[in-house]
Amino acid sequence: MKRIDHAEASSRFIAAKEHVEFHDRRLWDLRQKRDREAFRIPEWEELRTLASTIKEHTLARLPDYLAQFERNATANGMRVHWARDAAEHNQIVHDLLSAHGARTLVKSKSMLTDECEMRPFLETRGIEIVETDLGERIQQLDGEPPSHIVVPAVHKLRTDVARVFARTLGTDPKNSDVSYLAESQRRHTRPYYLKAEAGMTGANFAVAETGSFVVCTNEGNADLSANLPKLHIASIGIEKMIPRIADLGVFIRLLSRSALGSPITQITSHWRAPRPGSEIHVVLVDNGRSERLGMRDFWYSLKCIRCGACMNTCPVYRRSGGLSYGATYSGPIGVIIDPAFNLRKYSALPFASTLNGSCSNVCPVKINIHEQIYKWRQIINERNQLPIVKKEAMRMAGKVLSSPKLYRAAVKAANAGLEYLPRSMIYNPFNAWGRQRDLPKATSTTFRDWYVKHRSAKK
Amino acid sequence: MRVALFVPCYVDAFFPKVGIATLELLERFGVEVEYPLDQTCCGQPMANAGCQDEAAATEKLFVRNFDGYDYIVTPSGSCAHHVREHLSAIGKTAKVKKVRRRTCELVEFLHDVLRVREFPWARFPHKVGLHVGCATLRGLGAAKMSEIDGPAFSKPLTLLSRVKGISVVAPSRPDECCGFGGTFSVFEEPVSARMGYDKVNDHRNAGAQYIVSQDMSCLMHQKGCAERLGLGLKFIHIAQVLNGTAA
Repeated sequence: MKRIDHAEASSRFIAAKEHVEFHDRRLWDLRQKRDREAFRIPEWEELRTLASTIKEHTLARLPDYLAQFERNATANGMRVHWARDAAEHNQIVHDLLSAHGARTLVKSKSMLTDECEMRPFLETRGIEIVETDLGERIQQLDGEPPSHIVVPAVHKLRTDVARVFARTLGTDPKNSDVSYLAESQRRHTRPYYLKAEAGMTGANFAVAETGSFVVCTNEGNADLSANLPKLHIASIGIEKMIPRIADLGVFIRLLSRSALGSPITQITSHWRAPRPGSEIHVVLVDNGRSERLGMRDFWYSLKCIRCGACMNTCPVYRRSGGLSYGATYSGPIGVIIDPAFNLRKYSALPFASTLNGSCSNVCPVKINIHEQIYKWRQIINERNQLPIVKKEAMRMAGKVLSSPKLYRAAVKAANAGLEYLPRSMIYNPFNAWGRQRDLPKATSTTFRDWYVKHRSAKK
Repeated sequence: MRVALFVPCYVDAFFPKVGIATLELLERFGVEVEYPLDQTCCGQPMANAGCQDEAAATEKLFVRNFDGYDYIVTPSGSCAHHVREHLSAIGKTAKVKKVRRRTCELVEFLHDVLRVREFPWARFPHKVGLHVGCATLRGLGAAKMSEIDGPAFSKPLTLLSRVKGISVVAPSRPDECCGFGGTFSVFEEPVSARMGYDKVNDHRNAGAQYIVSQDMSCLMHQKGCAERLGLGLKFIHIAQVLNGTAA
């Protein structure tokens, strides 16, 4: 499988000046809103610690809590299915739809179904799927995956959306008024809620104690998707478990503040039992999570509550866009999750980071994201997935820098090069440093030379 | 107190004046500084690329050079952070642990160990933008981080504020990474340069004439960006400002 070239993709994103500026500004704005909302709560750091501890506890006893959830959900009248991987998940969903004679599925946002590539699977089997989250719908109509886990179309300007809607929904291509576009989408989507035989949601949290699950949204689309059709399928990753309903408050207080800088999402829906005459099916999905739980350095990433705060704060993400990561999960959290899915394909991603650590600081469940990035680099090297150029450069650097003699010769040569080489040789297309930056000036003496001359002699 | 000076490879090679200012500044406070002549690098370039095996010999050499000192002082937050928090390509022997624990970034050493606050010889009548590198900020805790609430503090600012004539102007995103990131600057060149451009423009828009930092590596990158953009910004290491280097 081809390695994702993040650097190359980012250069294309950066070339669209207006887009990169908007994208950076919009997400930085979310980060600042997050700061304001978080700092209003004196116990914010305590909440982060609590959330982290609850998640670590739950993950350490995950089989017990999953079994408890299944028992209680079943007792409530829901049906629970287990999917080992994406293929099993998609098959279970398809079987349910077939059994109910469902041809149309309305669904709210779910990163898990993107991870499982469920849409193409069902579409080739004749199911019509309508994404009902506005951003996700824009992406669906444009044939692109979401670029951000909370704001899926954040890389698009409203003029881009106007073009997509004009092409697909027949709106006025020159009208990029936000209300007009949102209203057009709403009018187009509403009939599907009534027509669809099945609705689908993900879940932000699944509560073992009550056998219920919780979905946090701002558009109300999840509730329409779940409650109008007679069949509600909820796809839930096994790491979404929390032990008790009392624990939920900790996470609800953190989630939207971290994600969007709002105190809470507009709607927090709890599903506990099906309405009379309808069914709720929960599909609990592993798809590599158990394996990750067994990884000493990386199991902490399963604490993630998918708020996207790490993406909003990440200076690399803001300037390269989510699609440049070529994966379902992008940004800092993606960088530490994706290699676990496919090490070779995603081996460049942990290098799309300056290790600045801002992501770890905003993470509401205290995932040590930048430390895991550092660790993944070692694993990628150990599994021989570094590009040959980089590996060779490091081998040479390691040799030179571990020998005082070689090091001193190299420093002399570098300074001589900077001084005597013609400009055309220094600033050529093969010199990545010099493409957009000037090089440091050559110096005639090193610090060591100066020291030997001025200080060593005195002693 | 036996104090060793560690002058990182890129400072030794390209910015010898930073090393000289560091040495002179420490000597002004009566510190007897030794400079082990066989020093090279802390191993960070290889280690940050995930190449532990390639970093091991350099880390070993670092420990050999700096074993036995009470403090190892360096004018680089990023290198101090690597030594103290990583240096994990070699075994965690008692000797290694001691070297790691005793390695200090220059401002930390002045602020926390020597506890000095006055620099009567220093005068810098310019508008200055302060850049605290990410490893220095979030790794060493040199200043309050924007992501975590709490009382404002900044060790470099505390020291700089005692320099005569200086005025510090704040960019709109004070602790946004500048995009250097070691080999990131080369292997992720498009984003790195873009981050650098945004950073120097932010400083210039705040009215800065100089950008001052504890990390010459960030400044080397920002200087390259500012020169290419023709912004006319100047860059200087905090050791040079505190040592009263005329500018």
